[in-house]
Amino acid sequence: MNHSFLPLTDEDRKEMLGTIGVREFDQLVGNIPKNLRQFDLKIPESLTELDLIQEIESRLKTSHSRKHVSFLGAGAYDHFIPSIVPFLAFRSEFYTSYTPYQAEASQGVLQTIYEYQSLICELTGMDVSNASHYDGATATAEGVMAAINHTGRNKALFARSVHPDYRDVTKTYLRGRDHEVEEVSCDGEGKVDRGDFAAKLTQEVAVVVVQTPNFFGLLENISDIAQVAHANGSLLMVVANPLSLGVCKAPGEWGADLSAGEGQPLGLPQFFGGPYLGYLTVKKPLMRKIPGRLCGITKDTEGVRSFVLTLQAREQHIRREKASSNICTNQALCALMATIYMTSLGKVGIQEVGVANMAKSNQLRKELSSVKGVEIITKGPIFNEFLVRIKSRDSFVKKMEENGYFAGVPVDRWYPEETEGLLICATEKRTDEEIKQFVSSVKAVLK
Amino acid sequence: MEKLIFEKSKAGKRAAIFDVKGHRADEFLSADLMRQEVAKLPEVSEPEIVRHFVRLSQKNFCVDTNFYPLGSCTMKYNPKINDFVTRDERLATIHPYQPIETAQVIMQMLYDLEQYLCSVTGMKRFTLQPAAGAHGELAGMMMVKAYFENKGDKKRKKVIVPDGSHGTNPASAAEYGFEVVQIPSNERGIVNLQALKEAVNEETACIMLTNPNTLGVFEEDIQEIASIMHKAGALLYYDGANMNALLGLVRPSDMGFDIVHLNLHKTFSVPHGGGGPGAGPVGVSERLVEYLPVPLLKSIGDQIVFDWNVKHSIGRLKSFYGQAAALIRAWVYIRCLGRSGLKQVSEDAIINANYLKKKLEKYYLPATKGYCMHEFVLDLAKEAKDRNIHAIDLGKRLLDFGFHAPTVHFPLIIREAVMIEPTESESKETLDEFVEAMIAIAEEINNNPEIVRTAPHTMTVKRCDDVLAARKPDLNYFAEKQAKPSESITAS
Repeated sequence: MNHSFLPLTDEDRKEMLGTIGVREFDQLVGNIPKNLRQFDLKIPESLTELDLIQEIESRLKTSHSRKHVSFLGAGAYDHFIPSIVPFLAFRSEFYTSYTPYQAEASQGVLQTIYEYQSLICELTGMDVSNASHYDGATATAEGVMAAINHTGRNKALFARSVHPDYRDVTKTYLRGRDHEVEEVSCDGEGKVDRGDFAAKLTQEVAVVVVQTPNFFGLLENISDIAQVAHANGSLLMVVANPLSLGVCKAPGEWGADLSAGEGQPLGLPQFFGGPYLGYLTVKKPLMRKIPGRLCGITKDTEGVRSFVLTLQAREQHIRREKASSNICTNQALCALMATIYMTSLGKVGIQEVGVANMAKSNQLRKELSSVKGVEIITKGPIFNEFLVRIKSRDSFVKKMEENGYFAGVPVDRWYPEETEGLLICATEKRTDEEIKQFVSSVKAVLK
Repeated sequence: MEKLIFEKSKAGKRAAIFDVKGHRADEFLSADLMRQEVAKLPEVSEPEIVRHFVRLSQKNFCVDTNFYPLGSCTMKYNPKINDFVTRDERLATIHPYQPIETAQVIMQMLYDLEQYLCSVTGMKRFTLQPAAGAHGELAGMMMVKAYFENKGDKKRKKVIVPDGSHGTNPASAAEYGFEVVQIPSNERGIVNLQALKEAVNEETACIMLTNPNTLGVFEEDIQEIASIMHKAGALLYYDGANMNALLGLVRPSDMGFDIVHLNLHKTFSVPHGGGGPGAGPVGVSERLVEYLPVPLLKSIGDQIVFDWNVKHSIGRLKSFYGQAAALIRAWVYIRCLGRSGLKQVSEDAIINANYLKKKLEKYYLPATKGYCMHEFVLDLAKEAKDRNIHAIDLGKRLLDFGFHAPTVHFPLIIREAVMIEPTESESKETLDEFVEAMIAIAEEINNNPEIVRTAPHTMTVKRCDDVLAARKPDLNYFAEKQAKPSESITAS
């Protein structure tokens, strides 16, 4: 049969089978037991490209009758993506290449990985970055495992204000090895409860994990946490939003030994949660403990600067069961998109985008704070989002949806005590007009 | 040599600009929360950025420009319709936490995809969460562990892998705390049944296998292997890296596997992107359904929703729900090819591999006799011994002929392995050109080995020094200025 993705013609197949020395295809797979070959593939018959586009168009029409203005965040954000980001990243040469094992034929991808590593290290204030991780949650989990390996201790102490998915994924990862995750509660404003922290910081704690801005949007001074953790011989991991780091204190500046987080805000579409970009950066002493690919500079035989994957003795394809992680495929293309994004913003743009985000979220919070029925919970400094409580929240959210808004993310799924809690987010993309209309709509619904 | 983007930086140049409308950071941040030292991101104008990345792209081989016979990696054509669909703003702007009834277009496609993958593999249910093959393997190991723990069978701490297995297999088992037991292959390159029988005991949790194996040979004793494992109370894990050989031909479920991962970036045409993002969905047989990660998908009326109610679930594996855009690409690919197209994919992949093997066996020694599946391995032991030409040298020399190198020095059981996987995407004409290049190199190995040993000669750089890179790691342009080890680390 002829299909647009398959170049062989029936004539080719016949000729090639002849060259191989068989009459028909089945002779090539004659060693497969016959009883294994009796089934039907229950998959619809093929579609032409036009049919397929029309089918998707009709699905989109029924489910996308209207476009909502989004005030959703909680780990995935609606930021502006400069046009050159997809334009460059979708070039075939990047898009359809594999992991750059053959350095000489992959200098393009390798150099972009080196640039990514440098940019994300600079932004987070750390020394070494891997080539990327699956997402913020898995980067956090594997960072914790590196910290456990490095210290020989077996416990990770997480602030409960770290994204719930990151905590859950870390628990899933650690379960197999009798390592454990313990959680520190938060006070009424979303800050780490210092008393609880001090009580749980035992000698078993390999790493303390805090997030800033945290899940409730709060930017918190964590100097004392860094100091106390280090005095206890524990490492500090700071989960940060890299987009905030043009203006907000960097993990390295807080004294972090590791930093992990979600790179989606750096030029990646929201796309229902993925693919995103996990970043993981460490201070130099942890360089050989970091999981995943690393790209380094070297020279070719004529002394010309070139790039290769390096320190591969940590990796699964060399070390097998002794590897520092099983990771193989990562998120290279997402890292490339982040690289182009960070380059586009540059030294000034990364500060501007931070200010623009804080301006919008603070403006929204200020206007909502005067609305009767909205109780602001996150009162401290914020970057993108803040927690509020609204009575009859679910019906509020529903009515706002009818008015054309995704008003926020209900948080009681993760924090059952917050039955009225709603996390509301505004990025630099929300216009003054959208914010104004949104607030009017909130007032109308809560009246 | 292309300068680094940092070396092109000049104060005052701008690309993306944001209007801060007179606002300043210190309106919102107290001094203790503000960044101390400015992040030195490069200052480059937009045209210069575009030129930088386009020029870098031109230093790269890719499937769209070159035949890429990288064994085990299935470098097939990535249909452009996949991206046309996933770049649609109406899909790309869907937020993972928006009300699920407003995300039904994606939910429905994910639900369909699970059914398709179940049909291809014969498994009962799939989780679409894992981000890559290795992530799927990890999920599999977690389920194996949870399964035995729940049965109160605490002794099962060992995972068996054949010596030819992918490195991720033992790494995944070890990452989740299993002890790895490696068993040798027999003289035909398949699992040695005697060695397997001796290795299996009441401590065995599972075996991880790929079939066809890494030599491109179908493990024809698979039903006996399954019987040995199941009789001992152990499970079978299928590494789906080589599933491109078996679409519509054999299902892992019928071979006796309990857990299966598929690499959608191999078999189902999700682009490799220079090393991801991929997707590694994991399917299980009936008895392991209750162990799958949460959330699963569930159909209620005309809606697809998330199901958090999975009795013995291993928990969450990834934030949100998986690599949605990659999953949608696989959906598009499957729908475009359809039932008969998918079967044709595997037939053509197998025909192409056997054609190459036949054409090359006069010039190079295949590692296995007889027909192969979708890939095969050449053994350059003789070339290494007689001419000091190693597998990697052949790979590098192929670059000069305009072909990406095959996978070299893997599997580890063949010291001088050259692993060739043509995929179904290549025409006979391309394969013939590749054969001509291989013949030319065979002649060079005999008459002018130096040109092979020092290859490549036509790339933008000559052979790169891996040893130097590892001895003096330079991983970060800014590193020198920044190396300030934190207190706790200097203390320990």
